Parts: sequence; structure tokens; C-alpha cells
Amino acid sequence: MSTVQLKAVSKQYGAVEVMKGLDLSVRDREFIVFVGPSGCGKSTLLRMIAGLEEITAGDLFIDGTRVNDVPPDARGLAMVFQSYALYPHMTVASNLGFALRLARVPRAEREAKVRAAAKILQLENLLDRKPGQLSGGQRQRVAIGRAIVRQPKVFLFDEPLSNLDAALRVQMRIELARLHRELSATMIYVTHDQVEAMTMADRIVVLRAGVIEQVGTPLELYNRPASTFVAGFIGSPKINLLPVTVTAGSPIGVKVSLPSNVAIAVPAAADALPVGASATLGLRPEALVVSSDGPIGGEVSVVEHLGGETLVYVDIGGATLMTVKLAGNDPVRVGEKVRLAVGPTAVPLLFNAEGRAVRAAIQPAMQ
Amino acid sequence: MKIEAHSPPPPGVQRGWLKQQRRVRTWPLMAPAVGLLLVWMIVPLVLTLWYSFQGYNLLSPPQGFVGLDNYVYLLTDPGLPQVVWNTLAIVVLALSTTIGFGILFAVLYDQPFLGRGVARLLVIAPFFVMPTVSALVWKNLLMHPVYGLFAWVSRSFGIAPIDWFADHPMMAIVIIISWEWIPFVTLILLTSLQSLDRDQVEAARMDGAGPFATFFFITLPHLGRPIAVVVMLETIFFLSVYAEILVTTVGGPGLETTNIPFYIYSRALLAYDVGGASAGGIFAIVIANIVAFFFVRSIARQL
Amino acid sequence: MRPSTRWLIVRTILGWLVALVMAFPVFWMALAAFKTELDAIASPPLLFFTPTLENFAEMNERVDYIAHAWNSIAVAFFSTAVAILVAAPAAYSMAFHPTRRTKDILLWMLSTKFMPAVGVLVPIYLILIWAGLLDTRTGLIIITLMANLPLIIWMLYSYFKEVPGEILEASRMDGAKPLQQLVHLLIPMAAPGVASTALLAIILSWNESFWCINVTAVNSGTLALAIASFSNPEGFFWAKLSAASLASIAPIMVFGWLTQRQLVRGLTFGAVK
Repeated sequence: MSTVQLKAVSKQYGAVEVMKGLDLSVRDREFIVFVGPSGCGKSTLLRMIAGLEEITAGDLFIDGTRVNDVPPDARGLAMVFQSYALYPHMTVASNLGFALRLARVPRAEREAKVRAAAKILQLENLLDRKPGQLSGGQRQRVAIGRAIVRQPKVFLFDEPLSNLDAALRVQMRIELARLHRELSATMIYVTHDQVEAMTMADRIVVLRAGVIEQVGTPLELYNRPASTFVAGFIGSPKINLLPVTVTAGSPIGVKVSLPSNVAIAVPAAADALPVGASATLGLRPEALVVSSDGPIGGEVSVVEHLGGETLVYVDIGGATLMTVKLAGNDPVRVGEKVRLAVGPTAVPLLFNAEGRAVRAAIQPAMQ
Repeated sequence: MKIEAHSPPPPGVQRGWLKQQRRVRTWPLMAPAVGLLLVWMIVPLVLTLWYSFQGYNLLSPPQGFVGLDNYVYLLTDPGLPQVVWNTLAIVVLALSTTIGFGILFAVLYDQPFLGRGVARLLVIAPFFVMPTVSALVWKNLLMHPVYGLFAWVSRSFGIAPIDWFADHPMMAIVIIISWEWIPFVTLILLTSLQSLDRDQVEAARMDGAGPFATFFFITLPHLGRPIAVVVMLETIFFLSVYAEILVTTVGGPGLETTNIPFYIYSRALLAYDVGGASAGGIFAIVIANIVAFFFVRSIARQL
Repeated sequence: MRPSTRWLIVRTILGWLVALVMAFPVFWMALAAFKTELDAIASPPLLFFTPTLENFAEMNERVDYIAHAWNSIAVAFFSTAVAILVAAPAAYSMAFHPTRRTKDILLWMLSTKFMPAVGVLVPIYLILIWAGLLDTRTGLIIITLMANLPLIIWMLYSYFKEVPGEILEASRMDGAKPLQQLVHLLIPMAAPGVASTALLAIILSWNESFWCINVTAVNSGTLALAIASFSNPEGFFWAKLSAASLASIAPIMVFGWLTQRQLVRGLTFGAVK
């Protein structure tokens, strides 16, 4: 079993408290991703788990054992650094085997493990090269190999793909996912790229300014974001967030009105918001359709043809641009006046004045 | 590949390690260096201070404590203003000459030309020559009014040769020092120029900047930082010019090329006046520290 | 001819002109070393002459070149070796375990170099006499060591800082204790830096003149002293002077040429990128 638990963990630098009262439970063999904007504390959190940063207060448990005071190499972890941190003067084989050498593992066993790790990552014919002679992708695999050789309980990844070009990044994403399945290991992965998070994670932890905003599966975060921050962070292109006022409430939902007095119905619990309250409406780009009798009117400002889909930016007045996702062959043109409606299967999201999500209304039983 | 269980050691054993790792005992590592420098700085300083208050001449019996006599004698010495002036003059003249030429040479060598590598080695050469050797070569082989090369050149043009060390001793000394140190400045500025972002230069060209504008608005500011470092380093060395003076003018004619180090040297080892030399030493230290204070403050930000 | 080619020619001419002017004194001296005394002071100055090695042979007689050279080598080598042994741990500790006072300590070390040698000439001289170290190699080694120590610490510090911290962290994750980090990683990775620091220290100590001239004489005089003694006009012996000078500066010239890039790095404490 390889679980990680954080209880009421805080981090202070001198007088500045950057993290307070964090609770998190990482399950055995899950691939969990810490994601958030720069400075949110995700790397700090990872480093605290690794033992490279001190935990000011709170407890860290690995497999149920408290490891706050255990040195990094004794925690049963291995880390892949953003810059790979390979030892430049050693061959790939020596890089892979360094930890074992320090632990005085006998040579034969060491070489066997190095070869096994090299095989998994297809590094066999690179074993005698030095890091300076490898490409970025190869170096990254050596860094991962170094972690694998130690047979850790938990793998830690600190933004490992950010130094690779776009094509390589996509390829490595797939490889990492395959690695996860093959090794059946617990993996904690840090990134600022929400696409990486969505595609690779079993669960995602969204962090902002040292606080956990939400923990959940990718689809949970996408469909039921807990705050405007999570809604805006997850999903590309970004969700449309519009300031609205609540106009009426009913058992199946509320009616809100845009500044232009357009009314939209939202299936959110009416008792959470009084009439007249300010709120934020969230509409994903794919939740909108162009319809001749749609409630929202505007003029097309920019059209982006991606081939498989078309992104249309509509100016609905008040310096607000709405992003709409349409089919790839949609004939819409710049300057056209269009009317938008909420799609038949789409679910608008509602957030209160503090940016927290308003829970869904209880749907009446289906007849 | 199966992951085997890997249990961490019992907490009690390892608890101290992390604390130790964080506060690796740095004192034993720093102690020798800090200790030596402390002794090197304090012991001689204290002794010099003490001697400066003593009337101590190696040729006559010691007079014991004489209070501020040595300092008074020093500060009222009619030659002192000249000596201080000479010291500052050497520093300022050498700084401007070396940095002026250094910038020009660096800019010239920045762009490639045929055989640049070898040419650069030749330009660098003077820096590695011993100061005593430099001074003697310039004094005897080049500047000598009868047998020197310069004398021959001016005679060929029908001009009377210049007796450098009699008529223009200060200028001669500055020329020698500058020759020694221009390579240093050139090397440092050249290295800095090579890191100048070419994109900036190209953007300036697009904006219509000619070579002079590019030099003043882009090259020179970029060189600001290394020039500051150079000024600091050179000042340290120029304030204590000694070998070149000893070997050529011996401070003369009269006091014309005596600077503070040479002045103290002549007091101590030629006149055997330990007390007076010590007072002079303290004086030199005070001046050097004033200079150091300004420079270290400004450079500290850069480092 | 295209303007760029014209510029190239102008630059080539200028560049070589500057190079020849700067190197000329050394070149002229090297020539004189192979002339007879008469040829050396001939007017007009001779560019072509019959070279002779007599100066090098007689050089040893006048100033005991071998003894002085040996002193120069010994002082340079030992003062550098001890300086690096003392400086390396300090530089390691400041580079990888810095405290709030580290910056201050570094600047203080540099400021000791600002202390003019003349200021402490008197007490040092007297201390050397008292310790029986006047005119000894040991005395000179100690003094040269102290004079160069700040610079050496600075250079090592800046080289150590270039080692990426993440590599050392990775080694911590791999289980390396500080000593193992030093031996397996730091020293191999910083070896070139340590080497060029040593080189600079050797050059500085070889050329060191002030202390040499004042605290050494017959027994431990280095080449700097030997050359300085030529300044007493005892008749014209420029050819011999040139030979002695050439022999004195040649090793350092070679050293310096080989390591110029590293020297710049070290001299500017990495402040110049």
C-alpha cells in the first residue's frame, strides 16, 4: 500500500504563512495531479512531501507512518525534477544506479535493476552516453528511470514536461500514462498546465494561494466546479463568466438576468440566493448555440477556424466577449449579427457573490 | 514490474538527521578562512596603530610613547599634499586611460576579422608580464633618451628625443601602468560585449540608429556593470602602485612621482622611521577604506 | 567591393595594428634577449642580427637565476595549494548553506584586499623578524597566501554557485550525505573552476612584487626581486636584462594564454556574464 496523507499541514517562511491547514488524502496507486497558477504553492507542497522543505506544522503520513522528521531518501519516495537534474559527469547507467551505489547494493543486483529500468523506458542503447549527449526527451526518460530504479512507493513529478516542445509533450503524456498502468504505482504530479491535469489524472487538486480550492476527478471539476476560480481554470477555451442578478426563484431553479436584461433559467437551488442578489453565471463555450430566437444578441468579433471545430468570439455589449464553440464547418463570418441561446443539453452554472458554486436544484421525479 | 514494500526506518533513529541537515554545521568549514583573514587584518592593524604612537627609529634608541607626534609630523610634512595628489593623479589618469582604450579595443575585437584569435592573444599579453619587468623594459629599451627605441624614432624625424623620466615622469609611469592594465579591461569588456543581445542591436538598426547611436545608447549602458567592477578592481591595485615606481623613478625627481605606498616605504625602509611609517600606514589605510566603503556599497548591489 | 568587405579590411588592419602595438614591448624585449650587448644598444635599432644564447648562459651568474626561479615556483605552488585547501570548505559552506550573514562575510573578505600592503609593511616586517621568517620561503608563502585568499574564496564561491542546486537535491533524494555530495558530485563538477582558480593564484603570486622586494633578499628572493635588482645602473647589460626577463615571464605568459576565459570569469566574480 502506498498512500500519502496530509493533516492540517502549514508552511511558513519566517513570518509569512504561505499554507495553512491543508488536508489531503492520496489513495493507493492513484495518479493525482496538483494544478494551479504560478505561486499557488503546488511545488512547495510536493517538496514538503519529498522532504526537501520543512513542514512548519501538521503531519505527513506515508502508509500510515508519520514521516515529518524522516530524511528524504528514507521515505520511500523518488522525485523527477523539472530540470531533470541529471549528474552531468556520469553516464546514463551511473545516473540510474547512483542511489543504489550509495546504498551499497551489490554490483550484480545494481546492474540488473538499471537494465530493467532502462528497458521500460527504451534507454538500453543510451546507457554509456553522458547527459550532455542526449536530447531533451531522452534526458527526461533518464530522470524518470532514475526514479524507477529506486522502486519507490510514491513517484513525485515536478512539472517534468514543461521543458519539452509541444509535440514531445503530447507523446510523453501518453508514455507517462502507460507507465502508471505498467508500474501500478502511486504518482503525485505537479503542473500548471490544466490540459496535462485533465488528461492524465485520476483526481485533480486545484490550488490557489496556498489553499486547496477543490479535489475531484477531471470530469467532476469540469461539470461541477466549486468556485469561479476552478471553473475558469479548468477547461479550454475558458468558460464564459457573466455578472448577473437573480430575478426569480422556483423549486426547479432560478431565473437570472444579464445586464442587458436578458433572462436565463438556471437549475440552481433557489433557497441559496435571494431575489435581487448578485451572482455569476457560467456558460461553457460548447453550451451555447447560434439560434435565431436566442435571448442573447451580439456581433461576431473574431472567428478561429481550427478545422475540427470553430471558436467564435461574440461581442454582446458592455465590453464583454463571449466564446462560443461551433462545428468545424459553420459558415459564420466576422461582423455578422447573431443571437445565442443556451443549448438544449447544456447546464448553466451559477456562483454566488463570493464566487462559490450554488448547488443544483433538486429535480422533481421524472414522470 | 512489481513494487516491493520499502519501509522507512523507525522514527526515533532518524529524528535528529533532518535538523542536522538543515543546520549543517558550517562553522568548522568557515573557521580556517575566516580565522586567517581576521588575524591577517587585525594583528598588523593593531600593531601599526600602536607603533604609530611610538617614537621608534631603528637607528636610534626608542623614545617610547610620543602621542600624536608622528601624525602631526606626517600631516604637516610639506611634501604630503604632493604625495596625496600624486596618488590620486595616478589612479585617475590610469583609470581613464585604461578604460578609454579598453572600451575602444573591446568594441574593435567584438566583431570578427581575419586572425582575430591570434591578435587577441597578443593584446592580452602585457597583463601577464611582471610589473618589474614591464617597468624595466619601458625604461631602458623604449624610453631611454639615448639608447631607447623612441629616441631613435624621434631622431629619425629630426626631433630631439624626450627624456621621459626626467621631464615627464608622471606621464611615463601612467603610460607603463596603462600598458599593463589595458588588456585586463579589454578582456573583461570584450567578454561582456559577447553577451550583448544581438536582437537589441538589430532592433536599434530598424529604428534607424547608426553606429554611434548604437554605441552610446546600447553598448555603453550594457557595459555599465562590468565597467563598475573594473573600476573597483583597478582602484585597489592602482592605489598601491609600487614596483613600477621603485624600478624607474624611485619616487623622483624630488617627490614628483612619489605616491603614498612609496612614501611610506621610503620612510620605513630607507629612513628606518618605524613610527613615522606606521602613522603613514594608518593614513593609507584610512584613505583605502573610504574608497572601499563607496565601492563595496555600489558593487554589492551588483553581485 | 561590398561595404561589409571594406569594413572587414578596415577592422582587420586596425585590429592587428592594436595587437602589434600592445605586444611590441614584449616582442622587442624578446628580441633583445638574443642580441649581444652591443647589438642591443645599437642605433639604428637592429631588427636583423646574429642571435646568440650567451645572455642566457651568463644570466645565472649575475643573479643566480636558478635559485630565484626555484623560489618563485615554490612560493607560487605552496601558497596556492594551501589557499585552496582553506578556501574550498569556506566557499562550499557559503555557496550551499548560506545564512543571513553570508553576503556580509563575503564582502568583508573582499574588503581585506583593500587594505594597502604598505599600511602593514612595518608590523609584518617586524613580526617576520621576531618569528625568524624574514627572508625565508615560508614567510613569503604565508604572506602571499593571505594576500590572495580573498580572491580565491570569491572565485571558488562563484564556481560552486554555478552547480545547479537541483542536482544536489536530486542526490539528497538518492540518499547522499553532505560528504558524499562533495566527493561524488561537487568536486567532479567544479573541477575546471578549481583548476582555473589555482591558475590565477599561481599567476598572481608569481608576479607579486611588493612583498618580495621588501621581505626577501638572498635566501628566498623570487624572480621579481631578481629583476628589480637590475634597476641599479651598473653599466649597460640590457641584453642580459632582457634574457632574464624573458625567462621570468615566459611560464606565466603561457599559463595566462591558455586560461584567459576562465580568468575573466573568476576576476569579475561572475558579475560579467
